[in-house]
Amino acid sequence: MAPVTLKKLVKRYGSVDVVHGIDLEVKDREFIALVGPSGCGKSTTLRMIAGLEDISDGVIEIGGKPVNDLPPRARNISMVFQSYALYPHMTVRENMGFSLKIGKVPQAEIDQRVNEAAAILDLEKYMDRRPSQLSGGQRQRVAMGRAIVRKPEVFLFDEPLSNLDAKLRTQVRTEIKRLHAKVQATMIYVTHDQVEAMTLSDRIVIMRDGHIEQVGTPEEVFKRPATRFVAGFIGSPPMNLNEATVDGGRLVLKGGQSLPLPLEFRNKVVAGEKVVFGLRPDDIYPTGHGLSSGEATDVHELSLPVSITEPLGNETLVFITLGEKEWVSRMLNPRPLAAGETIKLSFDLSQAHLFSAETGKTLRS
Amino acid sequence: MDQNNAHRLKRRGLKVLHLVGLFLAMLVICLPGLWIVLNSLRPTVEIMAKPPVWIPQDISLDAYRAMFGGAGQGGIPVWEYFRNSLIISITSTIIALIIGMAGGYAFARYKFKGKSAVFLGFMLTRAVPGIALSLPLFMIFARLGIIDTHFSMILIYVALNVPFTIWLIDGFFRQVPKDLAEAAQIDGCTRWQAFWQVEFPLAGPGIASAGIFAFLTSWNEYALASQITRSVNSKTLPVGLLDYTSEFTIDWRGMCALAVVMIVPALTLTFIIQKHLVSGLTFGAVKG
Repeated sequence: MAPVTLKKLVKRYGSVDVVHGIDLEVKDREFIALVGPSGCGKSTTLRMIAGLEDISDGVIEIGGKPVNDLPPRARNISMVFQSYALYPHMTVRENMGFSLKIGKVPQAEIDQRVNEAAAILDLEKYMDRRPSQLSGGQRQRVAMGRAIVRKPEVFLFDEPLSNLDAKLRTQVRTEIKRLHAKVQATMIYVTHDQVEAMTLSDRIVIMRDGHIEQVGTPEEVFKRPATRFVAGFIGSPPMNLNEATVDGGRLVLKGGQSLPLPLEFRNKVVAGEKVVFGLRPDDIYPTGHGLSSGEATDVHELSLPVSITEPLGNETLVFITLGEKEWVSRMLNPRPLAAGETIKLSFDLSQAHLFSAETGKTLRS
Repeated sequence: MDQNNAHRLKRRGLKVLHLVGLFLAMLVICLPGLWIVLNSLRPTVEIMAKPPVWIPQDISLDAYRAMFGGAGQGGIPVWEYFRNSLIISITSTIIALIIGMAGGYAFARYKFKGKSAVFLGFMLTRAVPGIALSLPLFMIFARLGIIDTHFSMILIYVALNVPFTIWLIDGFFRQVPKDLAEAAQIDGCTRWQAFWQVEFPLAGPGIASAGIFAFLTSWNEYALASQITRSVNSKTLPVGLLDYTSEFTIDWRGMCALAVVMIVPALTLTFIIQKHLVSGLTFGAVKG
């Protein structure tokens, strides 16, 4: 049973703070993803949890006990590195059994646990090979095997998929998810890829510049982003965001055009207020080519020229210019469109987001 | 078709040129060694003959027999010299390697104030010609009463080798990814265990080559040893060469024989250790 708690955690290099006193509670057996752009402090946070980085201030608790000054080996954790960090002078079997050998576990038990892990990860054929004789995906599995064998309370993953090619990444992603279901341990997963974070985790922590922007389930962070940053970061293609000014019942987009003020926000903004308007590509669609949600109550139609299209087979991304920005709309059951062709687009304003232009925080209460 | 022929001819011509070039280079490198071996086997008359005699006429092992024959038969205390050389070279190499590993690791892994200045300082010591130090060293050692001892020679060779071993070993530790030591620590190792279990075996080939260099430097060094050593107590093999010179003559054959005796162990050691110098051992540790 190992919940992980971070209390006012700070990391300082000289006079520069890279992690600014973050608070986080990871529940026992929860899969949590730390996600954010590079330099946001997510890896540093993970390394502090692992004990590889000193803590400048604050407390880290694993299983309810503070571990601030414990060395990594005393924290009962396992870590999978981005580089895999397999010991090149050892075979797969030795790599996986290394921690047990160091822990002076009897050889018979080492063999049994290593074989167990190998079976889970389908590595039996490669047990006597060296890491240099394995492919990237196999190395990744060995790294996971090495982590499993320890039977730790907490698994830490530091961007474990970023060295794999796209196809393998999806495959290993599924394996990690399966692994979590099987071993039932707390997992903390660092990634810069929001798709990985969305698909794998119970909850997502979005970090930026050493602060936590939002903590929530994948659905929460997708549907109700707390800040403009989260809105732009989560989702692919990203949410369309455009600065706008409230003018009576309308939003005047920076760059000229205007849209009606979404009903939901009627009483939450005042005239003249500067806001950021956001709408996901799924919620802008060539009329008749959207998700068939019969309940859409706040749809607005505009006729706009197509600037470019990106056909993806089952759908087409249609780019249009509105305000000062290029907006992306998603066309389901696509039909061929020519650049320059003017089409009718439906804007589902019931799905719109408004953020304060000043603070970036959502105006939805 | 003609063009193909022309290119084929050109490629063959270049290959022949390449081989001739390699042969000439190897000749320049190997000839002195061969000449030494050859001269140790033939009489001085033949060695000094003008024009030179390329094909030896009169081969014998007399020089070796005499060398090990002891005083009176033209011999020199070669066993004592050999022992001195061995004690001094091996001890100084081991010490230089220990310091080199500690220093090299520190330079490769840690950040500290004045790191690059200290590193540069180490390198600068290599710019000082050893012989320039011989007089001050002689005076200091004489005061301390450690002239003509193994200790003084070991001290000198450690000082001479340490900057080099640090520099070399630093480079090898840098090639061992930091992640590996961290992974080992998470796997339950102390910092110390992580070093010996993971980083040391991976930097092993580099440490071995640093060892070879340090050993050869000590084994072959002449200038300083000739000043500091006086008697069979501490004289090393290179200094022993001087035993073959007298006021009016130089026994070239004897000198060459001793040189061969010196070369053999050094060559053997290098061969033994070289087998373990498998480079690229770190490949496969990181990256996909």
